[in-house]
Amino acid sequence: MKPFLRSALQGSLAAVAILASSAAAHAKTPADTLVMAYVIDDMISLDPAEIYEFTASEYMANTYDRLVVIDPANPSQLKLQAAESWSVSDDGRTFTFKIRPGIKFHSGNDLTAEDVEFSMERFVSLDLNPAFIMTQFGLTKENVKDKVRVKDPMTLEVELDAAYAPSFFLNCLSFTSVVVDKDLVAANEANGDWGHEWLKTNGAGSGPFTLRSWQPNESLVLEANENYWDGAPEIKRVLVRNVTESATQQLLLQKGDIDIARNLTGDQLAAVKKDPNIKLQSYPKATLWYMGLNVTNQHLGNPDVRRAMRYLVDYDGLQETMFNGTGIKHQTFLPDGQLGADNSTPYTLDVAKAKELLTKAGYPNGFNVTIDVTNKSEARELSASLQNTMAQAGINLVIKMADNKTTLTKYRASEHDIYLGQWGSDYQDPHSNADGFLNAPLAKRNQWATPEMEARVMAARDEKDATKRAQMYMDLQKLQLDEGPYVILFQQVETIALRKNVDGFIVGPTFDLDLYRDVVKN
Amino acid sequence: MKAALRLILSVATTLLGLLLVTFIIARLLPADPVLAVVGDHASESTIEAARIRLGLDKPILVQFWIYLTNVLQGDLGESVRTGRPIASELARVFPATLELATLGTLIGVVLGVPLGVWAAVRKDTWIDHMVRFFGLIGYSVPIFWLGLMGLLVFYAKLDWLPGPGRLDFGYEEIVTPVTGVMTIDTLIAGDFDLFRNALAHLILPASLLGYFSLAYISRMTRSLMLGQLRQEYILTARVKGVPERRIIWKHAMGNILVPLLTVIALSYGNLLEGSVLTETVFAWRGLGLYITDSIFGQDMPAVLGGTIVVGAIFIVINMLTDVAYRVLDPRAR
Repeated sequence: MKPFLRSALQGSLAAVAILASSAAAHAKTPADTLVMAYVIDDMISLDPAEIYEFTASEYMANTYDRLVVIDPANPSQLKLQAAESWSVSDDGRTFTFKIRPGIKFHSGNDLTAEDVEFSMERFVSLDLNPAFIMTQFGLTKENVKDKVRVKDPMTLEVELDAAYAPSFFLNCLSFTSVVVDKDLVAANEANGDWGHEWLKTNGAGSGPFTLRSWQPNESLVLEANENYWDGAPEIKRVLVRNVTESATQQLLLQKGDIDIARNLTGDQLAAVKKDPNIKLQSYPKATLWYMGLNVTNQHLGNPDVRRAMRYLVDYDGLQETMFNGTGIKHQTFLPDGQLGADNSTPYTLDVAKAKELLTKAGYPNGFNVTIDVTNKSEARELSASLQNTMAQAGINLVIKMADNKTTLTKYRASEHDIYLGQWGSDYQDPHSNADGFLNAPLAKRNQWATPEMEARVMAARDEKDATKRAQMYMDLQKLQLDEGPYVILFQQVETIALRKNVDGFIVGPTFDLDLYRDVVKN
Repeated sequence: MKAALRLILSVATTLLGLLLVTFIIARLLPADPVLAVVGDHASESTIEAARIRLGLDKPILVQFWIYLTNVLQGDLGESVRTGRPIASELARVFPATLELATLGTLIGVVLGVPLGVWAAVRKDTWIDHMVRFFGLIGYSVPIFWLGLMGLLVFYAKLDWLPGPGRLDFGYEEIVTPVTGVMTIDTLIAGDFDLFRNALAHLILPASLLGYFSLAYISRMTRSLMLGQLRQEYILTARVKGVPERRIIWKHAMGNILVPLLTVIALSYGNLLEGSVLTETVFAWRGLGLYITDSIFGQDMPAVLGGTIVVGAIFIVINMLTDVAYRVLDPRAR
């Protein structure tokens, strides 16, 4: 070997050895900090009037208070948070909220009815992504000032345009009634933007954690609010680190460099389950995998064809092999946990039955049809299995793979035959999915919407008797199961992997119910 | 003077062409960029408002003109997804890539050039075959797989090196970015412990990139060197009794230095674009990951901003190489 080369090699090896020994000496995650690997590339704004995506609503839930929230332990029940009590007028149109005294914002300001009024006005007036959840109650930019009223410093009144089921309005508020610090936000207002530009990257809440820093696609750091009215968190800091590669997340967790891995795949979960230092925790999310069938397609317009297709899915096989703890079979449009949800699964893989139905429909030899699939590994695997089982009855699925925005653009314009994708509830009320699947937007995209169906959806929305309301949703689900333009497949289950010493992390049915406050590291 | 003018003109047209093509390709995609901003559940009025706010209702050439005039004033616009100035986002991610690429290229040169020379001198012996085989692996094995294997072996099994990230995650927030280059920033902060942590985090990803660049550099060095060793002046030198070491490192090396520099500069430029896969595996937020994320997120202004940076990198590297030629090659002076 040439002397020069030898010394170069020896030098670099020595450098590696020195550094390696020092690196291993470092401690693992600090005892007072929760370190979590999580894909947070969908977090694009921290303004509660704009937050609508998964991970950002988790941020919102941990740094802000809302008037009411869903009880994660029992998702059909509500819990009071910034509101101390609520009541509704006899005509069902006016809600009165008593504000809980003694809540302080992170800035030190007191939380009063003024802040709630400001927040609601702001939410409606900014008219950003989630604004429709409030405007559906007749609150508009023009009238919100008159409809949301401060009665006294601790009392707020909200007047709706009609009488809705109280549970419906409150369920919506559980997502939208985030209270922002009026004085702080107003001080950062520019060009009449309600402080939006500022709040997109800053916090103005009263929740158990405060925002320390956010770097998009990189990290989110929260610090404990020592003065939280409902008790300060045990841990001092939460560090959320964007780690896009799930295999990397698995390594980090097994080495103890993170406390929680949020995005492990079915295979990886099965692998870490065997690790004595790791445990799993899961909760069904209000997100469904489904196929949307465009009924203007000559084949898909026939209800018997749609029935046949529901018999051509290997529900059990997929649940065990592909989902492996990240999904359970589910065939109705209401996810488990919502009022009136029907968890029955009458369809199984039954090729003979499907052939019989196809023959009845006039297609004994099947037909060709295209399916638009998002280019993500789960969707790819799912569509390959569907293609295989559908072919057994002669239905030839031609898979068209594209990125999410491309397939969605096509779906929104109803230019698809079949669309394979996911749908998550906007809020924890059955109306969100009933409206979505039976009226707008999904029934419209699949060209199945009718005025009669819309009327039935609205009637269920407005029913004041909760038992009757649940029954109405049961009936609608029966109908969809039989003739609807969907093959609903699976309900997503969020399974997170944690180090054994981490307790108290709450995983809820929606991301705005994933809570860190009770986390302890033993 | 004339040469400088010509250079500026060619740089400007290259950049303009690059921007125009990227702009038009992005607009031709059958995906609606507004969806990236408002999400699938938004109402029609929200979508329309966002379209107007982003200027997407104007004709495409008008949009391009507006963009161009802003860029000339140093304003790369705001990211559609995060609402932050793209210039500052790029300033944040680029040093991460710079740090990795520089160390990677350094490794590639320090090991690749001697290996290439060695293989050329021992042409067709087992040494030559070994070097070429080693290079072939570096060139053809997916870097993604190598990265994961590297982590499995050196981090998970042997515990010699730390895991992904530029620092241990718990320490990441401690360092205040000054230059954005973690090894320098930790030194500025005067924390030697953190410096060693940052350096240790660099080793594995930089070695991977180094291996990749070594594979290329050693191959090129070998063939350049072989070309020289066949020349008559080498024979003359040998006949005159000049020591073999001097013949190789002085005579032959002197003649391949200029083309070799081009090879190294090209390889450095490639690494500076950011290695998407390496950055993904090592959770290393650099330029490559930033541009890829932006493409998938339909974040047009960010993609264009990244394109400008990549274009600028190549122009700067080309200019530096030009200067180096003049220094190294007496004929070019």
